[in-house]
Amino acid sequence: MQPAIEIENVSKLYKLGYYGADTFRDEVINFFRKLAGKPPVNAPIDGQGTNKLDQVDSSDLVWALKDINLTIQQGDIVGIIGKNGAGKSTLLKILSKITTPTTGKIKVNGRMASLLEVGTGMHPELSGRDNIYLNGAILGMRKHEITSKLDDIVDFSGIAKYIDTPIKRYSSGMRVRLGFAISAFLEPEILVVDEVLAVGDAEFQKRAIGKMQDISHGNGRTVLFVSHNMTAVRNLCKSGVVLGNGTIKFKGTADEAIDCYLSSNKTSEDSEIKENIEWIQNGLEIDKIEINNTNKADSILKFGQNILDVTIKGISEKEINTEITIIIENKDEVAFASYDFCEEKGKLYQLNGEFNLSRKIQLPAEIYKGELYISIYFHEPNIQWFLKAPKCCKLSSEGHLSKFGQISTISTSGLMRLHSVK
Amino acid sequence: MHETENSQEKWSEIIKPKRNLLDFHFKEIWRYRDLLILLVRRDFVATFKQTILGPLWHIINPVFSTITFTIIFANVAGISTDGVPAPIFYYTGNMIWGYFSRCIQSTSGVFTGNQAIFSKVYFPRMIMPLSTIVTSFIAFLIQMVILIVMWIYYYNQGANIHLSAWAFMIPVMCLIMGFLGLSLGIIISSVTTKYRDLSMFVGFGIQLLMYCTPVIYPVSFVPEQYRFLLLLNPLAPVVEGFKYSILGVGTFDANMMFYSVGVTVFLLFIGLILFNKVEQNFIDTV
Repeated sequence: MQPAIEIENVSKLYKLGYYGADTFRDEVINFFRKLAGKPPVNAPIDGQGTNKLDQVDSSDLVWALKDINLTIQQGDIVGIIGKNGAGKSTLLKILSKITTPTTGKIKVNGRMASLLEVGTGMHPELSGRDNIYLNGAILGMRKHEITSKLDDIVDFSGIAKYIDTPIKRYSSGMRVRLGFAISAFLEPEILVVDEVLAVGDAEFQKRAIGKMQDISHGNGRTVLFVSHNMTAVRNLCKSGVVLGNGTIKFKGTADEAIDCYLSSNKTSEDSEIKENIEWIQNGLEIDKIEINNTNKADSILKFGQNILDVTIKGISEKEINTEITIIIENKDEVAFASYDFCEEKGKLYQLNGEFNLSRKIQLPAEIYKGELYISIYFHEPNIQWFLKAPKCCKLSSEGHLSKFGQISTISTSGLMRLHSVK
Repeated sequence: MHETENSQEKWSEIIKPKRNLLDFHFKEIWRYRDLLILLVRRDFVATFKQTILGPLWHIINPVFSTITFTIIFANVAGISTDGVPAPIFYYTGNMIWGYFSRCIQSTSGVFTGNQAIFSKVYFPRMIMPLSTIVTSFIAFLIQMVILIVMWIYYYNQGANIHLSAWAFMIPVMCLIMGFLGLSLGIIISSVTTKYRDLSMFVGFGIQLLMYCTPVIYPVSFVPEQYRFLLLLNPLAPVVEGFKYSILGVGTFDANMMFYSVGVTVFLLFIGLILFNKVEQNFIDTV
């Protein structure tokens, strides 16, 4: 079968700084250089320009995408993941025809619609109903198509009562619901979706993901889905692509891609736990964090080990009352266990000056093979944060001994075996 | 072998770095015609939301300028109106000029003004300027009602006005005016995505252009030896022709009209090429 999309050697070059930052003088010079058959000033030279956000390059050119080759089969649901600046949005913009690639081409088979935002082009003065028509037409629907789906759209949005009210009176949530409802009934053969699902309340998100699943599973449509929400990608997508620095880092099934992304995203083996502190309040300093007697951010939970040894050393310049919470998550960012340093109800830990806290935490007797992530938070519950270190340490559990004495190496995302009370 | 494989494949679309400059995608524009109508409706409804007089504002503006012009140019300056009552002479000129001016003004900011939408969704960009042209034309039609009322009134008063045979060409003149406004507008919008200088000039430029066009004076007011200069302006024949059709006075012939049509087609072609080139990736430089 012919693929739905074939991306061939697509690259996109961007220039840093102000656009048109090259002066009018440069432009005049370039015009004459062109006449003389010379390359323009600041012409891109192949290989020049990286797109590491933190790296200052001598040239002000950046390859947002470099030699992307990708074939997407019909009926496939592809999750595109990657860090900020990896080139996801650029790829989407090129696919959506908002901008053109610098080199390469993309061949598309079937009607394609893209959804980079919900409710694009809605006008605040118009009623919900008028906006359904307007937004639908902007997304490429014909008027009669919209008319035939109008009732479903209104139903799905759940705001039937307000449909004849100008949307400037809507809450932002209602606008998003309306916008998504319209998009949900757009029925292209290929759908390109940016992170539009990350909107609305939990109930609506559930409905939105359900609708997306219907679209892709039921009718064999091709979907390209860009997201940071790994759970959504895992639920929705069959295959996955990891982008990094403008190139494809990995292609494979959705699960493999997510694992690849998360492991590359997570700390490298040499980094220390305390380097992964995301945010810390002024006046608080951490000298050392050790988990299981190592300060490395990537360590192993041995067979049968069921003690988590945590040591935190530091200085607090002022007196703070804080709870110190440890959260254990699996790789899908699902938290399943927590531990508070201060076990006495209604009391907080008082830190003033140097502190050295150490706890041995009892883990369940048997933890399946898989990766666990430890997050550490210092906080005054519901009031303020002192320190946030989400996923500062990865523990690779080697597995447990089964009750028959064999080594169980079934891999799960952090399953723990429970026992009845003796 | 690869070649033959390619020829068997049928792709509905190929996204390439640059498309042919003459590939205007008219078919695609036609497919999006519903959007055009909905945008016109949006502009019309949204402009007059929360106003008491609503679309009457389309009439009030030219009526007031007509009064001003009558006082200043006819009474104070004493400029000739070719023997036609001053109010209807100025109103006619104002109407057709206003239509052109709205066309060019609304289309000259198409890229910079619609960045938010254009950066999020693709549709043939030409839909946007086309919809504003239609909106301007609707305003023109509304103003036509007052013109008809005025015409009947002055005709019954025995004023020196009569419809000429050219009245049948009014739709063509409207088309020329609209397309001239559109062409100049999309040329301006295409060249202002990178450097905005020209857009600073648009409002002022239109005003200047009005004085180079026989809006507030008839062609006959210009001395014979300089008349050709005035008629180099492609707008002059249309404005004078419009007045000639409705009021039956003026200096006008078919050759002048052909000249205007020629210039319009030329400018439209240039405009389409520029627009086509810019619309593909203006979002990177806007």
